[in-house]
Amino acid sequence: MDLILVNLIDGLVTGLLLFMLSAGLTLIFSMMGVLNFAHASFYMLGAYFAFQISLYMGFWMGLLIAPPLVGVMGALVERYGLRRVHQYGHVPELIFTFGLALLIEELVQFIWGKSQMPYSAPEILQFTAFSIAGNAIPAYKIFMIFISVGIFIGLLWVLTKTRVGMIIQAALSYPRTVEALGHNVPFIFMGVFGVGTALAGVAGVIAGPVLGTFPGMAFVLGSIVFVTIVIGGLGSLWGALVASLLIGWVTTFSKAYNMRMEDLLTGVGFTKPEPIWDSAWRDLWTITSPQVADILPYMLMVLILILRPNGLFGKRDV
Amino acid sequence: MRNTVRLGFSAALALAVTAAASLAEDIKIAFIDPLSGPFAGTGENGLHQYEFAAETLVNKKGGVLGGKNFEIVGFDNKISPKESLIQLQVAIDQGIRYIAQGNSSGVANALTEAIDKHNRRNPDDRVLFLNYSAVDPALTNDKCNFWHFRFDANADIKMDAITDIIAANQDIKKVYVIGQDYSFGKAVAAAAVRFITEKRPDIEIVGNELHPIGKVKDFTPYTRKIMAAESDAIITGNWGADMLGLGKSVLENGFDGPIYTYYAAADGITAAFGEAGVGSLKLVAEGQINPPANDAAKAYYEAFKAKYPDGNISQARITNVIEMLAKAIDEAGTADDVVKVAYALEGMEHESIWGGKLVMREKDHQLIQDVHIHAHSKDGVTFDYDNSGYGLVVDSTVELAAMDSPTTCNMRRP
Repeated sequence: MDLILVNLIDGLVTGLLLFMLSAGLTLIFSMMGVLNFAHASFYMLGAYFAFQISLYMGFWMGLLIAPPLVGVMGALVERYGLRRVHQYGHVPELIFTFGLALLIEELVQFIWGKSQMPYSAPEILQFTAFSIAGNAIPAYKIFMIFISVGIFIGLLWVLTKTRVGMIIQAALSYPRTVEALGHNVPFIFMGVFGVGTALAGVAGVIAGPVLGTFPGMAFVLGSIVFVTIVIGGLGSLWGALVASLLIGWVTTFSKAYNMRMEDLLTGVGFTKPEPIWDSAWRDLWTITSPQVADILPYMLMVLILILRPNGLFGKRDV
Repeated sequence: MRNTVRLGFSAALALAVTAAASLAEDIKIAFIDPLSGPFAGTGENGLHQYEFAAETLVNKKGGVLGGKNFEIVGFDNKISPKESLIQLQVAIDQGIRYIAQGNSSGVANALTEAIDKHNRRNPDDRVLFLNYSAVDPALTNDKCNFWHFRFDANADIKMDAITDIIAANQDIKKVYVIGQDYSFGKAVAAAAVRFITEKRPDIEIVGNELHPIGKVKDFTPYTRKIMAAESDAIITGNWGADMLGLGKSVLENGFDGPIYTYYAAADGITAAFGEAGVGSLKLVAEGQINPPANDAAKAYYEAFKAKYPDGNISQARITNVIEMLAKAIDEAGTADDVVKVAYALEGMEHESIWGGKLVMREKDHQLIQDVHIHAHSKDGVTFDYDNSGYGLVVDSTVELAAMDSPTTCNMRRP
């Protein structure tokens, strides 16, 4: 029972981290209709920038400076890269962001090398916040939860309650009308792209010390972010949140418990073939949940695409 | 006009030929390991250690056979067995007789088979395989051959040393074994279970699991299981990002028992663990770095650091490879007849510059040497890793580990 609570917290941390990445991506998609393949690369840049800054000015300045830096880079990429490619259609845009992802990875390896960076949590947060039945919850995890929840609330508030948010929402649905009303729509797009990448940057800054800061970190998270926004519904912030938490909990629980396919199948009423090692079904019978944990989100995505192609909260087709 | 051009060409050609001829005097060693891609860091560091060892331990001391130098030639195999075989052929075509490789047992298995075949078919240009790191036990058991020499302690020997320490520690009642889901991870797990049940049947193995290699984002769920099982010690063969991810997660979540590892050092890992790893991280390896065994070892490491300030001597055995090969060539009186060199290498006894005696066991070509359990530490570190202030200090030593261990090797000698 205690362990369930611990796993709920762990899953929440994973889910919220995923949310910070997918929130930016889903905003950018609803705006430009472009899947930004380089999104996870901005997450990686956030971690590396923050690491470099933390060497001179400490972790907190890194948290403060790195995300705006990544955001500005993102805005520049939109202004001088994507916007030019945009006129040729969606496929060149996709290829552009794909190339950008490769470029950023090579650049990071060129500057920082291929080894892990010794980027770690600030000392003030290196203590155990509380323990549940012998399982320590590090203070840093609590800090991560607060940061991500804070960002979600802030984002929701800006998008729904402020004038800026209303203009953005209007520009997403009716760009021409908004333009006719005298608003600078390309500038809004650039701003949203910048904020989206800055969000990825924040995720990188706070995830770097826990998940490791190395050149493969973008690749490891890259595909799961897309799965998240497809499940949640492209363009939906709430969808991104729900899907992220769902994925976080599903993977955490299936890794933390050794559920066996054998038990499931016998529970349903099948009998185990003996000897199992000669059976054609032996791979199926010997599966355990930690082995399949990482493909469960993909299976979930396939199910969603079949049953509800718009995603959980999405309004438009994939 | 045309004649002068032709003359110039032939002169240049003649020069090139003589240059090549004088280079051919050198004894070349092909270093076939990853020099690009995700494991390039490890490969590059290994190449530097080879070049430095050849330069310092052989060439500067007058070479072998009265003045011939060692030359290391790097070949990039992208850690793929297929690519390695191509590079092996290129190396053989260049007239190279000595092949050094270490990263990945998968590559080593492919190479040893190919070299065995090649040597049977081409008795005139046979080659030797100097395996300095691939630790799959099969290479000196079922798959052994006369041309393969292993200078690292294999996975079983290392696990033997780890379990000796565990068996002697009466506080350890429960052990958790976790590793990467591929041949090496499975070999480590199997050896751990075998030795522990043999030496301390009362120890309960509370977990034995494999996770996908290189794909785990967050090790927290695995950590929870380890904590829930209330294990007193962890054994893992993880390396690279998987080692760091697992270790950090376990330590952050409050595990304070020993973590016995194979590869939790250097290449950024030591620096990233920092203070958190002190007291918990243990690593089994040959080659004593801290405290330096003698002044020669100290001077050697200092000279290496002067040349490669960002490098680490993470594979001390490379010096043993170079020194023993040089000794064998001198003893055989030839570098071209590798059969003679191989016979000289067989059964050779040698003093390592890192301290301790080395014996190349005749029946399976496994180097028998001292195996140390190192502790990740800040105190007593003369030479740190990653310039972090932290390094490995020898905790305990098994002298000439697994001297009489059995082998299924049945070698055919030429």
